[in-house]
Amino acid sequence: MSNPAMREAYGKALADYGAVNPAVVALDADTSSSTLSSYFASRFPTRFFNVGIAEPCMVDMSAGLALGGMLPFVNAFAALVALRALEQIRTCICYNRANVKIAASYAGVSDFKDGPTHHAITDIAIMRSLPEMTVIVPADAGEAAAFVKLIAEYDGPVYLRLNRSATQAVSQPDDNLQIGRGIVRRPGSDVTIIACGSMAGRSLQAADILAGRGVDACVLDMHTVKPLDNELILKMAGETGGVVTAEEHTVIGGLGSAVAELLAQEMPVPQACVGIKDTFACTGPDPETIMDAYGLGVRDIADAALKVMEKKIK
Amino acid sequence: MTIEYSDQQIRELEQIAAALRRDSLRMIYQRQAGHPGGSLSAADIMAALYFHVMRIDPQNPDWPDRDRFILSKGHASALLYSALARRGFFPAADLDHWGELTCHLQGHPDRLKTPGVDMTSGILGHGIAVGAGLALAAQLQGRSYHVYVLLGDGECQGGIVWEGANACAKFGLANLTAILDYNKVQLDGPVQEIMPMEPFADKWRSFRWNVIEIDGHNIGQILSSLDQAHSVKGKPSVIIAHTIKGKGVSFMENKAQWHGIAPNKEQFEAALAELGGGSK
Repeated sequence: MSNPAMREAYGKALADYGAVNPAVVALDADTSSSTLSSYFASRFPTRFFNVGIAEPCMVDMSAGLALGGMLPFVNAFAALVALRALEQIRTCICYNRANVKIAASYAGVSDFKDGPTHHAITDIAIMRSLPEMTVIVPADAGEAAAFVKLIAEYDGPVYLRLNRSATQAVSQPDDNLQIGRGIVRRPGSDVTIIACGSMAGRSLQAADILAGRGVDACVLDMHTVKPLDNELILKMAGETGGVVTAEEHTVIGGLGSAVAELLAQEMPVPQACVGIKDTFACTGPDPETIMDAYGLGVRDIADAALKVMEKKIK
Repeated sequence: MTIEYSDQQIRELEQIAAALRRDSLRMIYQRQAGHPGGSLSAADIMAALYFHVMRIDPQNPDWPDRDRFILSKGHASALLYSALARRGFFPAADLDHWGELTCHLQGHPDRLKTPGVDMTSGILGHGIAVGAGLALAAQLQGRSYHVYVLLGDGECQGGIVWEGANACAKFGLANLTAILDYNKVQLDGPVQEIMPMEPFADKWRSFRWNVIEIDGHNIGQILSSLDQAHSVKGKPSVIIAHTIKGKGVSFMENKAQWHGIAPNKEQFEAALAELGGGSK
């Protein structure tokens, strides 16, 4: 079975859900052929609004549409919507509690061709800090598609972070995906790797390497960064006594920070954060090469886990 | 079609506008915070909208078919609160508690806290683009409500206003009318000095809007311009209302320093005397 790009899976799922729920409208900022909101646009042309390259306007309009009883999905490049339209998101969506879903595509370094201007490596940190906002980072195409219905039927603002490309498939038909409930992708007793987005698949590969070194790693797919699944994290941190976080994002403010905030207050255990180390990445031939070059490699996750193992109280 | 308004109708709305000015100033004086200049300049517009034009039901503030109002210049919140209270959305006594920790009346309007507030505002510039979404929703749902957006002149210096204006024109939102409270003074000084917006009307025309210019303190002109805006098909209208910042209080008129400070006791009493007496 082929593994589609995350944006492809999302775009088709949005169009399918549009057929089920007539309140759904989609907006885009001249990127519909990239975000693949074009699937929705071609099926529901009267419910699709292209506002041109004006993300702040698109976000404000979505707030108005939500207040008028529609269910807007805003589609844009993550780097643009999370930064240029941030004040609109804070004031008109979050503070105003407008029921808007932000589908932020081309996240992380997945827009490898366009370089750091188009990378989104700060968006989780920014969105996570906004009151009322739910932040979801699907691990693969299957999760991206499944979350469309889940976030549409959740009442409140949601930031759905999507990769441009395919990520390693990790989801299973019987996942019982739920907002705010992490998934154990691999049980393990020595260390817990908590990952979101593209790093979930890479963490499973790292766990294989670790198994070869005699380390039994648990891998959690933490698709919802906010609200965080405190219960599952505390359970696994307690059972394994050490944590690694892994995200296609800066190490400042994202999943790693969210987990550290929890553990520092509830259950201090050794933690290592795998992420981009407070720097801009660069253009590359594909996302994987950039990720490997900026500390997001499978090897980096495994090394981080071994360091945590050393720090664990024997 | 021209609707004629009787002298009595106009006189009544003028009296309401005077009352809204008094209420607003009293709120600002009691709280020792707020924005008198831009509240006084828009009082006649608000009287016309809330006491004649808009289809609203204070007993049913969430009525889906009600006309919508967005105070894009959210700092004129005292004026909006005065209008909502006098219209019966909440008890007038609430106005005395503006800004207190447990009072629903926030510094800037909050739709989740105050009955009758259709859109949270305060950060300038959002009204047109949010209004565009609301007007589109009406069209999608086949509802006949109209969206009114009260704009400040200074806020039009921000690009988001024009992104929204472009979108309103593209989507043919004839069910949206912007009223520009063009009082020509902003926080730091005259608009013409801080960042000139002239030719203002030409800007709106070039964005494909129907443009009407009026004296924003003439109730008859305000009512007629809103009628005219309603009759236009296929595009949004902007009413450029030439107003005076601080209108009605001689020592506040056209003075930037009265943008965002409260009067002291002597000033408040002098202002009330000019606005036609009693504080209630």
